Amino acid sequence: MDKNFIILLAAMALTTYLVRMIPFAFFRSKINSKFVRDFLYYVPYSVLGAMTVPYIFYAGGSVYASVAGFLVAFVMAYCRFSLLPVAGASCVVAYVVGLFV
Amino acid sequence: MKMKYSYGLKRGLPIALGYLSVAFGFGISAVEKGLSPIQAILISLTNLTSAGQVAGVSVMVAFGSVIEMIVSQFIINLRYSLMGIALTQRLDKSFSNIHRFTVAFAITDENFVMAASEKEKITPAYMYGLITLPILGWTLGTALGAFSGELLPDGVRAALGLAIYSMFVAIIVPPARDSRPVMYAIIIASVMSSVIYYVPWLASHVSSGFSVIICAVTASALMAWLRPVEERPEEDLNG
Repeated sequence: MDKNFIILLAAMALTTYLVRMIPFAFFRSKINSKFVRDFLYYVPYSVLGAMTVPYIFYAGGSVYASVAGFLVAFVMAYCRFSLLPVAGASCVVAYVVGLFV
Repeated sequence: MKMKYSYGLKRGLPIALGYLSVAFGFGISAVEKGLSPIQAILISLTNLTSAGQVAGVSVMVAFGSVIEMIVSQFIINLRYSLMGIALTQRLDKSFSNIHRFTVAFAITDENFVMAASEKEKITPAYMYGLITLPILGWTLGTALGAFSGELLPDGVRAALGLAIYSMFVAIIVPPARDSRPVMYAIIIASVMSSVIYYVPWLASHVSSGFSVIICAVTASALMAWLRPVEERPEEDLNG
């Protein structure tokens, strides 16, 4: 798959880069529409919401382990712990629950 | 001046650690599907995206066509275009073309959310700091997974898969606690995403990258329409 691999890798990397670069580099105007600005304000939150649910319920092995890890992450995040402790604690809990279920 | 390289570096650290574990999983699965470790590492180094890479490997091992590769990457990664446009509204004046060309390579969901959640204007130094460790973490994680994935106990491997998602939770829950509209946006997007995931016909017809676009665009547009953002002093100053 060597020559084939290089060609497909190039197609993959180039497409991914151009999709990122063209709007970021060439979009210059200040957006005046209040609707569009508000829309963009909500984008990061809705993107992460859509990427997290329901995938987090299956990401840590069994459903039980994953849901336990999710609950720990949710409570800690609600109490405003920072990213690293939240991620660490949820993995540890998922691992421990995974040992029993 | 807060938006320095060192500050960006610090903000990128948790992302890098999340990437380390996710890329670890990617490295394991790429090798299991038949790629060599070097090939897996090359993919991570040149693409820096999770869903796109997983789809790309499927095309490679199925000896798919270049067209198929381009179309699938375009659709799955289209959300980065949206994020790129959102980011342009927050860039500092010092962000020249050359910086835009370079930084664009590392627009990922997590880097975007982190940069977009900063209160101040985004400087090139901050962006270089922010993306340094995630790029390293993504590549290193792939290498570790590709070369040594089988050595780790299954339980540890499985639990590490949760890291990146818990990080997402840690990013979105505090702002949702402070703002009802933000909370609604997250709930709408999550419910839609679940519907697409659990309804078999939708699940088999909508790719995961496309699902993110549909859910995010709908939820954001709906909230922008229903609940326009009232006060944003930092943008009023520069608008």
